[in-house]
Amino acid sequence: MSRLYTQDHEWVDVAGDVATVGITDYAQGQLGDVVFVDLPEAGRAVTKGGEAAVVESVKAASDVYAPVSGTVTEANPALTDDPALVNMAPEGDGWFFKLTLSDASELDGLMDKAAYDAFIASL
Amino acid sequence: MAMNDVGRPTRLVAGTGAVAETFTGNKALMLEEPLLFERGSLDTSGVDLPAVPPVPDRLGGLARDAVIGLPGFSEPEAVRHYTRLSRQNYAIDLGIFPLGSCTMKHNPRLNEKMARLPGFADIHPLQPQSTVQGALELIDTLANWLMKLTGMPAVAMSPKAGAHGELCGMLAIRAALDAKNDPRRVVLVPESAHGTNPATAAFCGFSVENIPANARGRVDLDALLARLGPDVAAVMITNPNTCGLFEPDLKTIADAVHAAGGYVYCDGANFNAIVGRVRPGDLGVDAMHINLHKTFSTPHGGGGPGSGPVVLSAALAPFAPIPFVRKTAKGTLELVEEDTAGSASPDSFGRMVAFHGQMGMFVRALSYMMSHGADGLRQVAEDAVLNANYILTSLKDIYSAPFAASGPCMHEALFSDDFLDGTGLSTLDLAKAMIDEGFHPMTMYFPLVVHGAMLVEPTETESKANLDQLIGAMRHIATQMLADPDAWRAAPHFAPRRRLDETLAARKPVLGWKNQAA
Repeated sequence: MSRLYTQDHEWVDVAGDVATVGITDYAQGQLGDVVFVDLPEAGRAVTKGGEAAVVESVKAASDVYAPVSGTVTEANPALTDDPALVNMAPEGDGWFFKLTLSDASELDGLMDKAAYDAFIASL
Repeated sequence: MAMNDVGRPTRLVAGTGAVAETFTGNKALMLEEPLLFERGSLDTSGVDLPAVPPVPDRLGGLARDAVIGLPGFSEPEAVRHYTRLSRQNYAIDLGIFPLGSCTMKHNPRLNEKMARLPGFADIHPLQPQSTVQGALELIDTLANWLMKLTGMPAVAMSPKAGAHGELCGMLAIRAALDAKNDPRRVVLVPESAHGTNPATAAFCGFSVENIPANARGRVDLDALLARLGPDVAAVMITNPNTCGLFEPDLKTIADAVHAAGGYVYCDGANFNAIVGRVRPGDLGVDAMHINLHKTFSTPHGGGGPGSGPVVLSAALAPFAPIPFVRKTAKGTLELVEEDTAGSASPDSFGRMVAFHGQMGMFVRALSYMMSHGADGLRQVAEDAVLNANYILTSLKDIYSAPFAASGPCMHEALFSDDFLDGTGLSTLDLAKAMIDEGFHPMTMYFPLVVHGAMLVEPTETESKANLDQLIGAMRHIATQMLADPDAWRAAPHFAPRRRLDETLAARKPVLGWKNQAA
């Protein structure tokens, strides 16, 4: 399944009812060097557009929003020890958390790669 | 005539070359200074203590048997250590401190003289109140000045800093809602508000929702009005806002919030721009903290504790924290505390501090107010705004100024690094270059609504000559960065330490000294 994007620069991959969430390469470039990531615990319910994680860089602390509603199943343990993964592989090993979708129709409003690229080109 | 040509040379001898390194690492008056632990010896002591007489061990085996490991120094060594360190510091007493959103103004020495008067400096908060009537009168007089300047009917004097004042105001709002059994819990915070506002609201048990800014850097009025409803407890708004801009719709917003059953918290950190010109009470504000350490010149940063009294509307006044000063029937002054609050202040939400607030800062702030007078305080705001606009106008042809088109700014000028696009340089490099020019850098990457923000607040205490020097340095840096970007990637070049690895410092902070030899 293809990757979808939000206007707040999160990406989400969906396989079945499991979604993997991270921040985009554009977002990590804007944040600068990431020094700390505060991740949600497994079992926490998050709602689309609601605060789900916090990413702290040398410039600022920023909220990461849940692209879709659901229940967190796993946070990326590698980010706790090595937050630099967010800079090195934002759309790969630097994923933030996984969740089980509660409403797959929420994916309809998200952007595909082409639409997101056009969106950041307009910023 | 016989010439004396054997004296000491008085001019440079041709061929004198540069020396790359010194033996000590010092560079003339720029002295390297190791940590006390690195230079001291455990075997030395600056004092000659008498031998310890034998005492029975009552510690039950808990007596320390290891060496404490504190190095010893003679008095001149200790004095030199701290004096050398102080010379590497930058301070408002050394030069302009253009840190936006901080109001780093000169701290008048008269304030210090007043604060050192024994009647204020040598009293204790547990002294009988009859012996500190002068101090209580000072608190009461300062409270009256603050109420008059803001047009508000009450003030809580005890909060100890800006964010503490926010907490006080939001606790009063929470108490007012609880008194009505009103369950509303949403606090609206515009993007142009101070970063501490959402944290304060969350700490008080509210949930926070952002309100976007419009293209002119102000609150999006339509978005805010559309969000009001029976679940909205309060709006927290900063005026002037963090873009250094006045929020002209505050009265409209306050009226709408009140009509919807909510309260208005105004972050007063930027009060310096409007003191004597605008009374927040006239704009419908219910609570606002006043940073005495910004607007009223008491030292801050490393120089002294903050103080953040909170003015309150009639709706919130009954919930104000204790203690507070009131006049008795006999004309004396007394502190209303737990034992007397019952009848005087039954709805108070309680106590925020052990004693009565920052007494030393109260003395300094009142000294500042009384030496300026009402007309002088008005001129403070006018000159602060004039200075900021002088900087904005003098730099906006080179620096990107995102909101300059919407008119004059208030007390601080906001720039962005858009003009450096394509050079690979950014706000951080420019701030580092400011250090080489001998200035404390401006606030950078804040407010977040502006990409690569640089926020410059000169305050009213800088002369035109000082401003011209700052402007000249900023124009020089920007021009040179555009002409030869590569030269600036490693700035600062002349500071005691070059570009530091801030990322490593944040990811792997070393917070304690460890003996490397052990």
